[in-house]
Amino acid sequence: MKLVVIKYNAGNIRSVSFALERLDIDFIISDAPEEIQSADKVIFPGVGEASSTMKYLKDKKLDDVIRNLKQPTLGICLGMQLMCRHSEENNTPCLGIFNETVKLFKSETLKVPHMGWNALEKVRDWLPSSLEKKYVYFVHSYFVPLNDFTVAETNYGSPFSAALKKDNFYAVQFHPEKSAEAGVTVLKSFLNS
Amino acid sequence: MLTKRIIPCLDIKNGRTVKGTNFINLRDAGDPIELGSLYAQQGADELVFLDISATIEERKTFSSLVKEIARHINIPFTVGGGISSVKDVAPLLDAGADKVSINSAAIQNPDLIDDLAKEFGSQFIVLAIDARKKINEWTVHTHGGTRPSDKKLFSWAKEGQQRGAGEILFTSMDNDGTKSGFAIDPLSKLNQLLTIPVIASGGAGCKEDFLEVFAIGKADAALAASVFHFSEIPIPELKNYLSLHNIPIR
Repeated sequence: MKLVVIKYNAGNIRSVSFALERLDIDFIISDAPEEIQSADKVIFPGVGEASSTMKYLKDKKLDDVIRNLKQPTLGICLGMQLMCRHSEENNTPCLGIFNETVKLFKSETLKVPHMGWNALEKVRDWLPSSLEKKYVYFVHSYFVPLNDFTVAETNYGSPFSAALKKDNFYAVQFHPEKSAEAGVTVLKSFLNS
Repeated sequence: MLTKRIIPCLDIKNGRTVKGTNFINLRDAGDPIELGSLYAQQGADELVFLDISATIEERKTFSSLVKEIARHINIPFTVGGGISSVKDVAPLLDAGADKVSINSAAIQNPDLIDDLAKEFGSQFIVLAIDARKKINEWTVHTHGGTRPSDKKLFSWAKEGQQRGAGEILFTSMDNDGTKSGFAIDPLSKLNQLLTIPVIASGGAGCKEDFLEVFAIGKADAALAASVFHFSEIPIPELKNYLSLHNIPIR
């Protein structure tokens, strides 16, 4: 299997790489469209800010490449948010794979960012039921609301999308590469899908 | 529900874990990767590695250590110690650190917080504050707690948040190393004042201290070193105890 991790100005490429190494999985890190397009599976990581990251992807012409992928592709954290239609973070148009708006957590009582370990609920589809009520690590200030493509929820003030799935596109808001054993299960589920 | 975090802190000097009492009298407490992996297996929620090396030669050891930590440990970790510029941070994040903590350099140059937040994002930036109560005020100290500054705890924490820090790590120097419990009053005040998470540090001696810091101090996370390094409080036992007392714990 050829696994490609998309290289761009994301903060967690190193962490994702180490997590794959710990699983003894071969992969390459690349921003070359032909490498990404010829992969069997693609991981689209991400930590950072939406507008500068979208600009980077557009400059490298990676926005169309990602949008048109037909192979299983996993977006992580900002990667998942950028797969949506629009983000409230600096009012940024995104890739539009999921027809959703990414919203800022707004509350008098909640700390923002939502940072730490929170439980997965109503786990379904590509995520195994063994992950129900398991804790995974989140760091984010913006969230994807519940929608038709939500395959796991997490509650922070109210429920939001912890994971999505549409056709060949998989996405998680949390960081499987930093989520101990539960994270390993998530990565394996994608890699074995 | 978002859980409260238990964070073992490893002080690193020349590649080894050490921990003193009241910032002096260091004792060797082992290999950092081995210790960090053990904590991760036991259910620690995050780790902090603070470089307390004195020389530039020793510091070189630290950046290569960060990469090895990232390679072996599958929970988030923060690194800090001696960070004074944006240039210092990039190699640490590139090595795989999830967050960096800054302390003295931010007091000397508060714009550093803004610069780091702009360059890397607030979620990468932990503002560490060491403070001691003098008369009725909490005075912030720099350089490992040795030098008083003109900053006061509450106004400095608020300013740090406004400038873009993603978390505040508050160490009460009066409590640190005493094992007499965390400084609850300033912690609960910080919690009311701030909209970013607060990590409590200094004074952990028994399980009841952790219960108090979460239930009354309202801290989002609690950090400790020696009680974990010397196995006085096993992490699984601590988490079980907190869970039985209705503290949300992973």
